[in-house]
Amino acid sequence: MTALLAEWTKFRTVRGWVVGMIVAALMVIGVGLLGHSKCGGVVVNGTTISDSGCSSPLGPGGEAVTDSFYFVRQPLGETGTITAQVTSMTGTAEPWSKAGIIVKASLTQGSAYAAMMVTGGHGVRMQWDFTQDLPGLAGTVSAASPRWLRLARSGQTLTGYDSADGTHWTRVGTVTLAGLPATAQAGLFAANPGTSAAASQSLTGGSSRGGITQSTATFDDVALAGDASGSWTGTDLNGPTPGDGYHQSGARFTLTGTGDIAPAVTDGTGVASAAQALIGTFAGLIAVIVVGASFITAEYRRGLIDVTLTAIPDRGRVLAAKAAVLGALTFTAGLPAAYVALLLGEWRLRSGGVFIAPVPVLTEVRLLAGTAALLALAAVLALAVGALTRRGAIAVTTVIVLIVVPYFFASPLAVLPASVGNWLLRVTPAAAFAIQQPYPKYSQVLAAYTPQNGYYPLAPWLGLAVLAAWTAVALALAGRST
Amino acid sequence: METRIDVIGLRKRFGATLALDGMSFAVSPGQVTGFIGPNGAGKTTTMRVILGLEAPDEGRALIGGQPYRRLHRPLTQVGSLLDASALQPSRTGRNHLRWLAASQGLPAARVDEVAGQAGLLSMIRRRAGGYSLGMRQRLGIAAALLGDPAVLILDEPFNGMDPEGIIWMRGFLRGLAAAGRAVLVSSHLMSELQDTADHLVIVGRGAVIADTSTRALLAAASADRVTLHTPVPAEAGEVLTAAGAEVGVSEPGVLLIKGMSSERAVVLLTEHAIAFTEVSAHRATLEEAYLELTGDAVEFRAVTR
Repeated sequence: MTALLAEWTKFRTVRGWVVGMIVAALMVIGVGLLGHSKCGGVVVNGTTISDSGCSSPLGPGGEAVTDSFYFVRQPLGETGTITAQVTSMTGTAEPWSKAGIIVKASLTQGSAYAAMMVTGGHGVRMQWDFTQDLPGLAGTVSAASPRWLRLARSGQTLTGYDSADGTHWTRVGTVTLAGLPATAQAGLFAANPGTSAAASQSLTGGSSRGGITQSTATFDDVALAGDASGSWTGTDLNGPTPGDGYHQSGARFTLTGTGDIAPAVTDGTGVASAAQALIGTFAGLIAVIVVGASFITAEYRRGLIDVTLTAIPDRGRVLAAKAAVLGALTFTAGLPAAYVALLLGEWRLRSGGVFIAPVPVLTEVRLLAGTAALLALAAVLALAVGALTRRGAIAVTTVIVLIVVPYFFASPLAVLPASVGNWLLRVTPAAAFAIQQPYPKYSQVLAAYTPQNGYYPLAPWLGLAVLAAWTAVALALAGRST
Repeated sequence: METRIDVIGLRKRFGATLALDGMSFAVSPGQVTGFIGPNGAGKTTTMRVILGLEAPDEGRALIGGQPYRRLHRPLTQVGSLLDASALQPSRTGRNHLRWLAASQGLPAARVDEVAGQAGLLSMIRRRAGGYSLGMRQRLGIAAALLGDPAVLILDEPFNGMDPEGIIWMRGFLRGLAAAGRAVLVSSHLMSELQDTADHLVIVGRGAVIADTSTRALLAAASADRVTLHTPVPAEAGEVLTAAGAEVGVSEPGVLLIKGMSSERAVVLLTEHAIAFTEVSAHRATLEEAYLELTGDAVEFRAVTR
């Protein structure tokens, strides 16, 4: 306790360190405001087919979603079953092109749904409410191997089945859709997420998208039984898109659609990521690394460490007290800085018309506390390396090379090949930036899950644990050396 | 308050250099012990070992029977000053003392008390980077006194002090010892410890050369020595040397005679009608005593014309 008080007194009585900590906080906030971003639409043949980046529907879970597809539907009451045989689908170069049957709460984008579908590269799937995905029969659909799909509604419960022959059915899954109204929309759909080519992205946004692709699917023996008495209507949930549409011939339907029914991914082609507001973290890191290293190297430089060790004759205890004081102070400075950075950064992006995919409160807490913890652990790592090298310049350079450089080259600059970048973001202390990943990766969405888009190779807390491990090892080594 | 320092058979090698070669001595309470030796004799290394900053290859150093690293709140038992410039320049003297006080659980009020004792009050709120070396020594002394320790270990505290500061420091050290403290003060200049040290540990090449009270050392160095003031030193030296005395020149017109009593010298000079103005028993300075011990003593030789 006395050692903590001594180190706290030391820290607060050197103006340079206090100023350095404030500078770090301002860097975290300020650099996030430097970038600029504005929303841009996707235009094909003179027609805006997507107001990408400017807005996004929200799914039942509050997440940003893509809800664009061609829908042939009619109202369905509380009980009913829709069955169809899919005999072909084009556009299968896109593995998540999809066509099938769907029961959806309404025609509003983002409303609850459950669907059975064939896909370009992932066989039959049952998906619901955008984020949920279950596998059914494997293989690609064709005239030679058609797929029978069935979706049965009972109240708010929907059960999906698939079959390879129309006789033997397998249940894929049963889901309950809260808020599914008495009368829902049931029918056929087709969608194709378009290009899967990775889009490039500048520091805080700005996106481009390749040409879109369409899927055309053929359905046979379409049957809607139960509380249904309407007629089929075609609707493009994407807004009118050239080429989208359907053709009916008895129980045979041909649908052409674009778009996707899936969670939105901040891959530079759609909505913006809240992580962009925290881009200043790397600049703040440099400042806390300088403060952290000099908190101990200044003592070695002047021989003051000997005075410290006569007062507290235990190197490990001195180091632990310094680490605790420095870590707590950095966290305390980093937390409000991250909060203000997120508020201001999001405000700035929004004022440019950019839509930021919403972040759940708990995730926001993780982003903020994680950013503060990242700064604190990096400062303590610099302290430990400073204790080992005893030279400020060497310690600062070492830690910047370990954490800031890998992050900067793998993420905002993205000059490294993805494999090298991802490897660096797994093993170096820069792995901790994973704590700033705001949105999960979805296996049912093919996207550029790259660091510059806000996706990291390690899970958030695992990434932070990598930095914590580096810091712990450096502290242990420094505490042992005499 | 009665705590002693025991240094027992310290050996320490730094690469090819044997810094300590069986250093052994004790520091008793209630007196100032001067720790004297040329630069490189091992004084600082010994002090660092006592303070637990350096691990000896052999031997041990105990304070009140305990190694330093075992002491609880060590600054309340041992005050030390090794390097007065070991300061964060941008921190004020007051804040330097404050973190030290905090490290020992001492009240902040102690800071102003010891600053006053060390004569530092006027400078205490300024940045330590602007202090003269003398002011830094005073700040170091204040730091050493913070915990009101029974033992003080000071490495070259006179360095960089002005004459006024040296006089202050001497009185201050004597006062500390008079209050029952064990005070170990190192210096490479014997003259600095004149009238200050009660006891002397004289070292060279990593080991103790002499461990003696100041009084006994001075007496030994003064014994059998005569100082002669004469306007004709050459003639006087010739006569005395012929009679078997060793004669050296200590300053113009003053001869130092060894191996002859003052009475015999007066008789001889009178016989040869050699003028002299004063003959007295020699009172050696600590400097002389030290130089004699370390082999660099005044070389006694025949004074030639």
